[in-house]
Amino acid sequence: MTADLEEAPLKGNDGRPVAEGDTRPLAIEVRGLVKRFNGTTAVDGVDLRVPEGAIYGILGPNGAGKTTTLRMILGIIDPDSGYRRVLGSERPHDVSHAIGYLPEERGLYPAMKAFEAIGFLGALRGVPLAKGRQRARELLEEHGLGHLADRQIRQMSKGQAQQVQVLGTLVHEPRLVIFDEPFSGLDAINQGRLEQMIRGLAAKGTTVIFSTHVIAHAERLCDEVAIIAGGRVPFAGPVDEARDRIRPQVRLETREREGPWRAALPPDTRQEGRFWLFSLPESGVEPLLRALIEGDAGILSLSIERAGLHDAFVAIAGAAAAKALDASDEEAL
Amino acid sequence: MDRAMTEPVKGGRLSLLAAALVVARRDFMAVLWSRSFIFFLIGPLFPLVVGALAGSVTGHVDNTVSEVPRLGVMMARADREAVINADDAIGPKLAGTLPDIFEVTPPKPGQPTTPAATLRRELAAGRNAGAILSGTLDHPVLTGPRDRIAEWQGSVSLLVAHARTADANLLPPVKLSVTAAAPPRAETGRGRALTAQAGQTLLFLLMMLLAGMVLSNLVEEKGNKIIEVLAAAIPMDAVFLGKLFAMLAVSLVGIAVWGAAGGVMHLASGQSIDFLTTPAVGWPVFTVLGIAYFAMGYLLLGSVFLTIGSMASTVREVQTLNMPVTMAQILVFFFASYGMAREGSPVEWAAMIFPFSSPFAMLGRAALHEALWPHLAALGWQALCVLIFVRAGAHIFRRRVMQSGGAQGAVKKKRGIFRKG
Repeated sequence: MTADLEEAPLKGNDGRPVAEGDTRPLAIEVRGLVKRFNGTTAVDGVDLRVPEGAIYGILGPNGAGKTTTLRMILGIIDPDSGYRRVLGSERPHDVSHAIGYLPEERGLYPAMKAFEAIGFLGALRGVPLAKGRQRARELLEEHGLGHLADRQIRQMSKGQAQQVQVLGTLVHEPRLVIFDEPFSGLDAINQGRLEQMIRGLAAKGTTVIFSTHVIAHAERLCDEVAIIAGGRVPFAGPVDEARDRIRPQVRLETREREGPWRAALPPDTRQEGRFWLFSLPESGVEPLLRALIEGDAGILSLSIERAGLHDAFVAIAGAAAAKALDASDEEAL
Repeated sequence: MDRAMTEPVKGGRLSLLAAALVVARRDFMAVLWSRSFIFFLIGPLFPLVVGALAGSVTGHVDNTVSEVPRLGVMMARADREAVINADDAIGPKLAGTLPDIFEVTPPKPGQPTTPAATLRRELAAGRNAGAILSGTLDHPVLTGPRDRIAEWQGSVSLLVAHARTADANLLPPVKLSVTAAAPPRAETGRGRALTAQAGQTLLFLLMMLLAGMVLSNLVEEKGNKIIEVLAAAIPMDAVFLGKLFAMLAVSLVGIAVWGAAGGVMHLASGQSIDFLTTPAVGWPVFTVLGIAYFAMGYLLLGSVFLTIGSMASTVREVQTLNMPVTMAQILVFFFASYGMAREGSPVEWAAMIFPFSSPFAMLGRAALHEALWPHLAALGWQALCVLIFVRAGAHIFRRRVMQSGGAQGAVKKKRGIFRKG
């Protein structure tokens, strides 16, 4: 299954190269992952390359195939076809002691106390139970949750239990941390804390990969993203590269509303109040400026804005996927 | 939530067994420290306690209310006194053999005087007369129902003989010397077969009582959503194996408690525990084999139950599964018993080879035959089957349950084994 893929150039589903030129070793490399459930293709040829130490986002609406992709990466389920290598191993369970995982559906034993739960999660990753429990108490103290250490999970709020589980993914000092929708269920303050923690992990060289349907999180945190929709990955690479997929937007304000200069505006121009909005022409802004000045349009202001990740998502994944993404966001709220 | 580690705590790769033991330890401790475990332990003791109490009460009632039939003596005065004296002399030496005797009430004038009429009159008067001894010491007559007089004929003859001679040496006193250990019972084929049957039955009862617990074992994990955490960290085989080990350990704790309680109650009753013929391999080896076959049988059945139970999405579904599962266990038990009764037949071989009946059949064999090597082979075969079943179960679980998440997960939640997929 792997031989014919070894030499194949890395490409996204749209045929573009995927994160080429990055010389960092890869924490995760998957090619052509396919998974079908009862005749429905959930993941359809996904390619991903996650460099070590990166913060990597998998961005897509609910049902896009994010969780299934992560489960295949973790070895929870096997792909129907394709190639995966995680921390240098094609058998994810062989390196599970170096991986931390927070599933989308959070789960802890309700009767366990917080320090026991974290210790148990560490034991599953090869940390001796006593040592894991001791480390659990330290972790809880360090994160201002020391008062929860001896409280049973069933006695905690959903958010508190989630924070305990997040710490449980870190107790064994993993090299790779995978979070599935880590921000859902957290209030704004704890979302901010989690963002800070993710940055801290990456600063220490830990690779962090998370899935989300909230573009803002990916935009703020990620070095690279994979945009996933309908089980396919039309884009995977640096966030800047995604933004560059669509041309910068020009925002022009004129004193005059009509005049021969209007002919110089690109065909995709739309009007919003006193502003004209359009994509930056391939010829640049200079010819346009010249036409505006010569046509006496009366330029009041002109700004060139780089596209946001949301615009990039719309351009890459399509309007339908963007609408589903927005709907996912609203569902989460 | 940034942090600074004070001391590196690195994880290490776990072997399949080590991973299974992590799960087993958690499950075992969770069960052991749960309040319901107390009920689990005392539940099976209820029938024993109730049985003992009921037996005690019944015995008391028997002794006070229900009289044993007695022998009425209807003889001339001298003969009657001789018979009563003889009963006093030899009765204690023949405890339980001689019937209690009593003097019949003399008939009123006009009443019939035949022994049969006297017997009817005594019964009508509420005296529990079993038969009437009449005639003389030289020509005694025993009158009563056929079975009764046939039963008492010998002992009454002995009683009359002693009454005739009044010879104290007719039953000379025997000096008694009590030993601590009873001599072994004759190791007959029938006795060993009974031991085999008893061993199989005990094994079956324990399995039926305990293996069903495994059915609901993964429902908790599915309900708590922790199954995905486990599946990501360790192979599903280890999860299955760990759960089986934990439940086996819980079962052994239960058996130890029940065994100890049963033993204490049995000893307290003052009865000997030597009520079964020594099995062919001897009691120590038989006990060890019994534990080994229980463990293997439990793991074999448990691996299948765990897989079936893992397909269920609610406790209610699991409860519904209990009945067919119990019936399947009974069928397997009967198959093994049937095989044991046909030594050397293809049925016996099939029962020994078929994984689920093999522990029963082999334990029966241990009672009947001395050879040990077949047991080593059987245990190896059963262990192999356990591994195969665990792997298959884990594979099915991964394929059928750990399928999808997110929006598709909602579909998964609706898909129990009794629902259309």
